[in-house]
Amino acid sequence: MSALLPDAARPRRILSIWMPAMAMDHWRLGDGGERHALDDKPLVLIADTAHGPRIEAANRPGMAAGARRGMMLADARTLCPDIATAPSDPAGDLAFLERLAIWAQRWGPWSAMDAPDGLLVDVTAVPHLFGGEGRLLADVAEAFARRELTLRCAIAPTAGAAWALSHYGPPGAILAAQDDAEAKLADLPVAALRLDDDVLTVLRRLGLKRLGELATIGRDAIQRRFRNRKSPAANPLIRLDQILGRVPEPLLPVVPQHMPLVQRRLMEPIRHRQLLDQVVGDLAEDMARELEARGEGARRLELGMWRVDGEVVVRRLEMAAATREAAHICRLFAARLDDVDAGFGIEMLRLRASWAEPLALEQGDIEAAAETHGTSLAACIDRLTVRLGRDAVTRPVPFASHIPERAQRWQPPLEPEPTSQGELAFHKRPLKLLDNPEKIAVLYATPDGYPRRFRWRGEVHEVARVEGPERIAPEWWRERGGARLRDYYRIEDDRGRRYWIYRLGIVGDGRGGAPDWYLQGLCA
Amino acid sequence: MSDTALSSLPITAFEDVAALSARRSARWRPGLVAVQGPALHNEVFALSREAAGAGVALALALDDWRHVPRECGCEAEDRRGVLWVQTREAARLGGRPCRAGLPADLQGRVIHVLAEKVEDALFALEEGLRCRDLAFVIGEIPGNAKALDFTASRRLTLASERHGVPLFLVRLDAARDLSSARMRWEATSAPSAPPRWNAQAPGDPAWHAELFRARSHAPGEWLLGEDGKTLRAGRAGGETDRAVANWAAGLQHRRAPRRA
Repeated sequence: MSALLPDAARPRRILSIWMPAMAMDHWRLGDGGERHALDDKPLVLIADTAHGPRIEAANRPGMAAGARRGMMLADARTLCPDIATAPSDPAGDLAFLERLAIWAQRWGPWSAMDAPDGLLVDVTAVPHLFGGEGRLLADVAEAFARRELTLRCAIAPTAGAAWALSHYGPPGAILAAQDDAEAKLADLPVAALRLDDDVLTVLRRLGLKRLGELATIGRDAIQRRFRNRKSPAANPLIRLDQILGRVPEPLLPVVPQHMPLVQRRLMEPIRHRQLLDQVVGDLAEDMARELEARGEGARRLELGMWRVDGEVVVRRLEMAAATREAAHICRLFAARLDDVDAGFGIEMLRLRASWAEPLALEQGDIEAAAETHGTSLAACIDRLTVRLGRDAVTRPVPFASHIPERAQRWQPPLEPEPTSQGELAFHKRPLKLLDNPEKIAVLYATPDGYPRRFRWRGEVHEVARVEGPERIAPEWWRERGGARLRDYYRIEDDRGRRYWIYRLGIVGDGRGGAPDWYLQGLCA
Repeated sequence: MSDTALSSLPITAFEDVAALSARRSARWRPGLVAVQGPALHNEVFALSREAAGAGVALALALDDWRHVPRECGCEAEDRRGVLWVQTREAARLGGRPCRAGLPADLQGRVIHVLAEKVEDALFALEEGLRCRDLAFVIGEIPGNAKALDFTASRRLTLASERHGVPLFLVRLDAARDLSSARMRWEATSAPSAPPRWNAQAPGDPAWHAELFRARSHAPGEWLLGEDGKTLRAGRAGGETDRAVANWAAGLQHRRAPRRA
């Protein structure tokens, strides 16, 4: 039952990870290991502002020397003249955080970035894999320590509570589902509500320093004070509700995606257009395979050509509709490559699909191959049966019977023929058999039994030559007693038309009246 | 003659050879396919009262099949099938193929398609022409169906020539309408030659066939006959020679200005 109702039985568990010194840690980790040597000297990361360089982050000795985030570098220099500086890299930090967010999915099915220096991981129903939530937090701490990243982390039922605990609570805090969140969080400062600075200033001026104190002045008072603040970050009530799980807080999960990318390093730099076209063709085919594997087509392609002398030539291409047809891509690029200056040669080419859209797999290629080489018999019969029905496509096979209409059966065309005993062909058979023997009126039969003239389908045929009769007895093991024997005649009329006719029964066989005549086959 | 010997000749030599062979082949004859290549789309007009249409179509198809040159080194037996397409109306009028009565070569190869409508039959014919595993396709369509107009026949011709699968289309009880077929025949049964042992019995099949339109042949009339494994053609009608002469003359006249 609990599996069916996860929300009711098992509230969400969110892991919040905060890296207080992420920018500094990231800078230290970069560029091999030589930056570790600066660990015991004061160091700050600075950003340029209109008023001069400002400190974005400081390491531990720098903090001890008095440097703080947000200070002007000049002020820090007055406190500690030998402070070392390095440029900060917010974009790089964000990219690093992004990679960390994907890495952090080892602890839960999805994760979200909490810029600039935090992560949120959904660990609902996951902790048992690590041996409980405490062990999970220990695992997180160990993993981050191995990467030399300082962190604080906490687990709580809501993202807001987890964030508040990780930033302002005790290290490794866990807010269990059954705990009274309001009471547990009452001691945290109001800054734990993730509010804008001006709102915090307002609250501080109101004398509200702890979360618990917000409740003392009453909800209505806060509501009146902040009634025109709609954004969650500007309204303490919304943030409070989010922390306690009364209103939902949507989070944007990080989904790892890799961009289709193919490249060729060339043994020998190419300088000629013909070779370039060849390599671009190869790249386009690689790209087509890559895209096909993902079920996508490229809308925008970037071809980078790295020259020996260090220049990079980039050509972009944008398509009206998603495509992954190598020949098409080559044709489009051919026009763009005319003015490429190869210099001393191009040593590497890289093709990147920076914009790809879903493009369903289709069987166009099979059709094209059929156009040029023809279909196989199986494919042909498949198409025929699909359109005309299964019974419409058949193959005649022999069947052990003397009766002509029974001696042939129709079976699906590709099934093996049934084994049959080879018949001795004493008698010729007509080229075609009518579906049902048609009754003919024999106008005149000679006394010895040959028909001389008959009427079939409204026309009179004069029989010129006859061979017969070939007597075919009824198959008594199949038929009832009343069946009559048949005398078959192969005839040719005066105009050369050849038929196969028979007389059903003979006079005086005691199985009915006068024998009837039928026409059953047309000879070639 | 090997390929290298041919390729060393100047182009003009081929022109002369082509002209010569065109004059020689002005008249259709059995086995001509070995020289001239198959006529890939054929129509045989016949009556539904007799099996002459199917008989002539099969005879012509087998004649082509036996005489078509194999490519060098191809020793494998030709085991390709034959597609026989009939509309239900055609099957009602003229019957369905009888396995025991088919030529011995074809008995195990025929795949029969019974189409309800002419459109379906045309679809089946075209699919068959696209299939590389078929030796030839035979169709039987009664009357002058609206679906079988010039466009449809042109489609069949193109499909046939593209994939090299011959088509023999039997037009039962039809008038001679517009078509893009390469050879168009009109066939009726003819009295057969008396067989050797029983003169009173019908003999080997014989037909009176008129080739009334062909792209690369003179029109003419023949008495076709089949004995065992070969197709025989005898003269029928006296005006044939004159037609041939006129036709060949026209051909030469047309060719003359093209020569540079």
